[in-house]
Amino acid sequence: MTDVLTPVLSKNWGDDRAWTLQAYEDQGGYQALTKALSMAPDDLVTLVKDSGLRGRGGAGFPTGMKWSFIPQDDSAAGNKPKYLVVNADESEPGTCKDIPLMMASPHTLVEGVIIAAHAIRAKRAFIYVRGEVLHVVRRLQAAVREAYAAGHLGSNIHGTGVDVDLMVHAGAGAYICGEETALLDSLEGRRGQPRLRPPFPAVEGLYACPTVINNVESIASVPSIVTGGIDWFGSMGTEKSKGYTLYSLSGHVKRPGQYEAPLGITLRELLELGGGMREGAELKFWTPGGSSTPILTAEHLDVPLDYEGVGAAGSMLGTKALQCFDQTTSVVRCVLRWTEFYKHESCGKCTPCREGTYWLVQVLQRLDQGQGQPGDIELLLDLCDNILGRAFCALGDGATSPITSAIQYFRDEFEAGMHTPSSELFPPVASTLFTPVGGAA
Amino acid sequence: MSLHDTTRDELREIAGRYPEARSALLPMLHLVQSVEGCVTVEGIETCAEILDLSAAEVSGVATFYTMYKRRPMGEHHVGVCTNTLCAVMGGDAIFERLKDHLEVGNDETTADGKISLEHIECNAACDFAPVMTVNWEFFDQQTPESAVELVDSLRAGEKVQSTRGATITSWRAAERVLAGFEDGLVDEGPAAAGPTLAGLEIAREKGWEAPAPGGGAGPRAANGADGAGGTKTAVATESPEQAAEEADTSRAESETKAAESPADTKGGGSDD
Amino acid sequence: MTIEATQGTAEAVELITLTIDGVEVSVPKGTLVIRAAELIGVEIPRFCDHPLLEPVGACRQCLVEVPDAGNGRGMPKPQASCTLEVAPGMVVQTQVTSEVADKAQQGTMEFLLVNHPLDCPVCDKGGECPLQNQAMSHGRGESRFVETKRTFPKPINVSEQILLDRERCVLCARCTRFSEQIAGDPFIELLERGPQQQVGIADDQPFHSYFSGNTIQICPVGALTSADYRFRSRPFDLVSTPSVAEHDACGSAIRVDHRRGKVMRRLAGDDPEVNEEWITDKDRFGFTWTAQDDRLRTPLVRNEDGELEPASWPAALAAAARGLAAADGVGVLTGGHLTAEDAFAYSKLARVVLGTNDIDFRARAHSEEEAAFLAAHVAATRLTVTYRDLEKAGSVLLVGLEPEDEAGAIFLRLRKASRNGLTVRSIAAHASRGLTKMNGELVATVPGQEAAALDAVQLEADSVILVGERLATSPGAYSAALRLAERSGARLAWVPRRAGDRGAVETGCLPSLLPGGRPVADAEARADLAAAWGVESLPSRVGRDTTQIVEDAAKNRLGALVVGGVEVDDLPDPARAREAIEAAFVVSLEVRENEVTRAADVVLPVAPPVEKAGTFVTWEGRLRPFDAVLSLPASLPDLRVLAGIAEEMGHDLGFRTVAEARAAITETGPWDGQRTAAPDAPVPGAVKLGKGDVVLETWRQMIDDGRGQDGQDKYRATARPAVLRANAATLQAAGIEPGGSATISNKTGSATFPAEVADLPDGVVWVPANSGTNLRSINAGHGTVVQLSGGNA
Repeated sequence: MTDVLTPVLSKNWGDDRAWTLQAYEDQGGYQALTKALSMAPDDLVTLVKDSGLRGRGGAGFPTGMKWSFIPQDDSAAGNKPKYLVVNADESEPGTCKDIPLMMASPHTLVEGVIIAAHAIRAKRAFIYVRGEVLHVVRRLQAAVREAYAAGHLGSNIHGTGVDVDLMVHAGAGAYICGEETALLDSLEGRRGQPRLRPPFPAVEGLYACPTVINNVESIASVPSIVTGGIDWFGSMGTEKSKGYTLYSLSGHVKRPGQYEAPLGITLRELLELGGGMREGAELKFWTPGGSSTPILTAEHLDVPLDYEGVGAAGSMLGTKALQCFDQTTSVVRCVLRWTEFYKHESCGKCTPCREGTYWLVQVLQRLDQGQGQPGDIELLLDLCDNILGRAFCALGDGATSPITSAIQYFRDEFEAGMHTPSSELFPPVASTLFTPVGGAA
Repeated sequence: MSLHDTTRDELREIAGRYPEARSALLPMLHLVQSVEGCVTVEGIETCAEILDLSAAEVSGVATFYTMYKRRPMGEHHVGVCTNTLCAVMGGDAIFERLKDHLEVGNDETTADGKISLEHIECNAACDFAPVMTVNWEFFDQQTPESAVELVDSLRAGEKVQSTRGATITSWRAAERVLAGFEDGLVDEGPAAAGPTLAGLEIAREKGWEAPAPGGGAGPRAANGADGAGGTKTAVATESPEQAAEEADTSRAESETKAAESPADTKGGGSDD
Repeated sequence: MTIEATQGTAEAVELITLTIDGVEVSVPKGTLVIRAAELIGVEIPRFCDHPLLEPVGACRQCLVEVPDAGNGRGMPKPQASCTLEVAPGMVVQTQVTSEVADKAQQGTMEFLLVNHPLDCPVCDKGGECPLQNQAMSHGRGESRFVETKRTFPKPINVSEQILLDRERCVLCARCTRFSEQIAGDPFIELLERGPQQQVGIADDQPFHSYFSGNTIQICPVGALTSADYRFRSRPFDLVSTPSVAEHDACGSAIRVDHRRGKVMRRLAGDDPEVNEEWITDKDRFGFTWTAQDDRLRTPLVRNEDGELEPASWPAALAAAARGLAAADGVGVLTGGHLTAEDAFAYSKLARVVLGTNDIDFRARAHSEEEAAFLAAHVAATRLTVTYRDLEKAGSVLLVGLEPEDEAGAIFLRLRKASRNGLTVRSIAAHASRGLTKMNGELVATVPGQEAAALDAVQLEADSVILVGERLATSPGAYSAALRLAERSGARLAWVPRRAGDRGAVETGCLPSLLPGGRPVADAEARADLAAAWGVESLPSRVGRDTTQIVEDAAKNRLGALVVGGVEVDDLPDPARAREAIEAAFVVSLEVRENEVTRAADVVLPVAPPVEKAGTFVTWEGRLRPFDAVLSLPASLPDLRVLAGIAEEMGHDLGFRTVAEARAAITETGPWDGQRTAAPDAPVPGAVKLGKGDVVLETWRQMIDDGRGQDGQDKYRATARPAVLRANAATLQAAGIEPGGSATISNKTGSATFPAEVADLPDGVVWVPANSGTNLRSINAGHGTVVQLSGGNA
């Protein structure tokens, strides 16, 4: 049995000047790179595949397997340059793990990038980081600069003949760019709209060349796997969801923050670590992995937070963004706000997402204002049915998750929206952090 | 205002950093903003000329991303997160207070040209809610009162430091960093603070740590999830070969965005 | 059911068998489900899908259920059939058999209508609107949407000609994809995002594309309309007649929509062998030239006072006949706009009635070498190079031809092919916009030196050489092109500018060539034709060409001229031509008044193509017959008028109708005897330029001052600006600042343009041939040496 919390990625976050190369190397940084460079690329792919590491960006696709799709044969695709792109466009509401990681220890990511690039034989890599996090962009830029200066990046790294160039590329404000093909279009200087698949990025990605796109946390986990080995990694987590991960606790909790634990921990355990919900509050609903994952309630406190466990509970592990809302919170208000977000962030390419979110917002607005009409709940559900699985990419699907799950668990609040504004049922001021629970307005 | 040769040279320099020049368009537009105060017609046309695109193509990109502004911006961009969690925790109240205090609406600039106020979407700092940004630097755990103080300091030209970042410069200076030109402020601010370290601190208190490399007990018990796999089949349960086909079939309609489940990753998967 | 691949019986096509709505169907590998379904008669509704655009899968209207992807497993979500390729054993259920597909489609339709204004009663598209039609056939009876619709200010101009109503737009991106993928003019783009996403242009850069009108036609709603056609008529009031465009040698299929004897609009026809589904804006909007105030409606005869006065047809024909019979020699100038049947009538009139070979269709710069080239290589050949051949070629070499301006359908075909890897090269002085859009390579050449450039080029045998009519001004170029073809095995085709040019060659409107490619100089050929025509003999002396006809008429060595469809300013020496038409007895057959009719002694109004049947012959040698669109009994084709003149002169042309003329052409048949030898003109040396001299590179821009575009001001406003291009050194030598005025001049006159820096060889400038100034009016053309100076002349 491992410890309840297992800091690996976050282990050095409290170190003095942790973002610098010096501090990173002082605590063992870049040793994994040395080891990885001595390994054959294919062996690295096998290692990561066998480790059971699954994508930490939400989909949970096995990382090593993704790498293995890159054609390395003598085919036309195999002869093209390969690219590694790190998806650092962390924008899913509730999700806040990659940004602190890159802020505190950008070299963990950089080291992972170099190892991953070596594994897939990519000579160029990009970190696509959202633009709205200036200091993170600074830290990444500096880390890359330092890594070049130290010979960890560039040509003939550590004298091994391996060449990797890495660029930090700042986005410009578009949630959809977290979708990997939209990210590629954006990185190519286009509107960030998802691409048709096939062809898949592994064959025709960036510049129509074989490309791996991995989440920050996935890539940052690689150095530890190289160092620790697959048995070590597998000693944490569950059988099908191996390893450790960052859980991000937020909302009406006593101690929000980043909790690095083996996959499979429960929300109850995490809450208990931090002292539970805020004073006088009880958990009403929560998201297991961002707003695109169907909400859960207090009855799900003991669901193991791994890919299988959350799936079985009718939601998805997603980004492990545990947004916890207490009894002061209006579900309708939250769902409306999320839906407004999806409308704002819909790229506009496909009809169901573009027009559907536009319509959903208007129906939810009147429910929020207590002016709902008979049939509105059925209408919402039917519109969601016409979006889910009909949209071009998963953004549309994600937009339906909060609505359908909220109606499933809190239908009465939507029904109340036929006559009473949410602000009367749940005065917003009571939900704010600067008002104690039960406090006056 | 017109773009100086230095700016044009820098735009070309950015274009030269990428394997294909068009990739430079986003950072180039950031640079245009840093010089012009917004994305101007001239900026669009200059980018188009350098990248051999039509102005319409550049406009299509410039209007897609919310960080690109069509109207001149104030000296500082003040963002208030009003996405669900921050809104509920106080972001809505902060935003309302600032609108009143600054006498501006969303996406508007104060009469003195100092502050452009905007409600922003989730900025990946939910554990610090309610969150604000100034020129895309974090201002964590805000209240209406702290927000008013913050903007007043900014308007007064006082030195202001991000709660987890550097001394505030200006929106334009920030845009220049996003264009890829470092400003030397990287070493200001902490590595991490507050909630970021919550788990780490608890682990230290309790003496918890990850297993030592090479060691380790067996996998954690599945915690009652044994029967869970029944409803959705995870990719990982299948052989790698099979999964490869699943994930990269010629007919799978869509892979996944952030939150799609492994089962959905299979999507329209099928082997040929 | 099984279909064959649409082309090439020789190519083996792998067929895939799948089941759609319970019906088994076999289709070529790579076919999209949406098209496979069409083969069993199932039309899946769609908006973004267009067979000539890359699949995008954006509108989500064509969703189908796939219970078996061909591997025994179903796809969990409905699939967009416009992006889904067929697979062996695949099972597809469309809206016909699947409730899931039907609901998905209804759901998407409902979403599409959420923000659609439903202003069908006042929308141009109403009655022919895919959204309207499919909403009726696949949508709900009523919308559940009662909320607030998104609004935009009503239509905005994306160009002078094209208006965009963003409220109606369903964001299928057909227009933007067409502009980018087909035309290469990405001047309209999707802007903004989400529900605010909209089509738009950049500030200061309107949607100026030669092909912009196609976006109106493929728009599945009424979002894009033309300023000219807006609110003019309803589709159900229009009669549609297929026809062929008259503005270039491409032979593009068009559809002419008319109402009560008036053409309201023209659309692209669908002809996969020729123009696919696209036409140029010239072909689309250039139809009002026949309805201008200067249209000739009645015959005119010059009276004793020297004034032209209306006359009856019999009187006018008699006057024409009298004058021609009395003249000491008659020359015939036929221009390049005639149908093959009309051209045949001129050709036969010259030979049989007027007894002369003094006939030439080349109302432009021309050369003997060119005539020899046409006789040796072009006449009586058919389809030696086709549009499809261009797509399949290993490379295409352009010489003296600017397809984007001069042959739009060729340009689009080449661009399409270039996107699939075709290499296009151009022997020219600079890389034009068109060449750039084909990702082409420039073989930089000083105008007039094309022959030397051709001699230096290496080509593979699977290449195609396309030569333009400009080469007539480049000595040795045609000869060199033939040598290159011979040497490399590449195929060679001549691409003239005008719709009637190739037909004129085939029907013998040349001084050295009789119909069917029979050389005048070949006694056997003459005898063959005489026999076919039932005449004793044909004139044996090779005739005078356009220049000689004009020269001799001006000098009273030719007493009369029969002129059909010629603008004086197009002729090689307009000033001399003016003297000629003053001096000679002129019978002019024209649609509209012009300099020739004003100087003529007898003016005989003839029908424009829209009012008569006829045939254009494409650059490929493909016959493009068409019927009259408007039936106006008083509007006569040239051949009917010529038959009347012949009758008055005591001859029978043997036909009085288009059908009879067609039969006569068929009967005459092609010559299968000895062809004339290829020209072998020498390669000229470099031109030595004096101080201030420059060599002109020039061609006509598609949208220019040509009279065929009259009455279309909005279309004309989308023309490319008339500029002079030269390299910086050339401009500097003449003291010209970029953007400043530059003047070219010679002793005849001058023309002034704003100067623009471009990558041309030293001492070469490019100017448009007929934008602002018709260069021929100052005796200037491609390869001409002129003086370059700053400022205005």
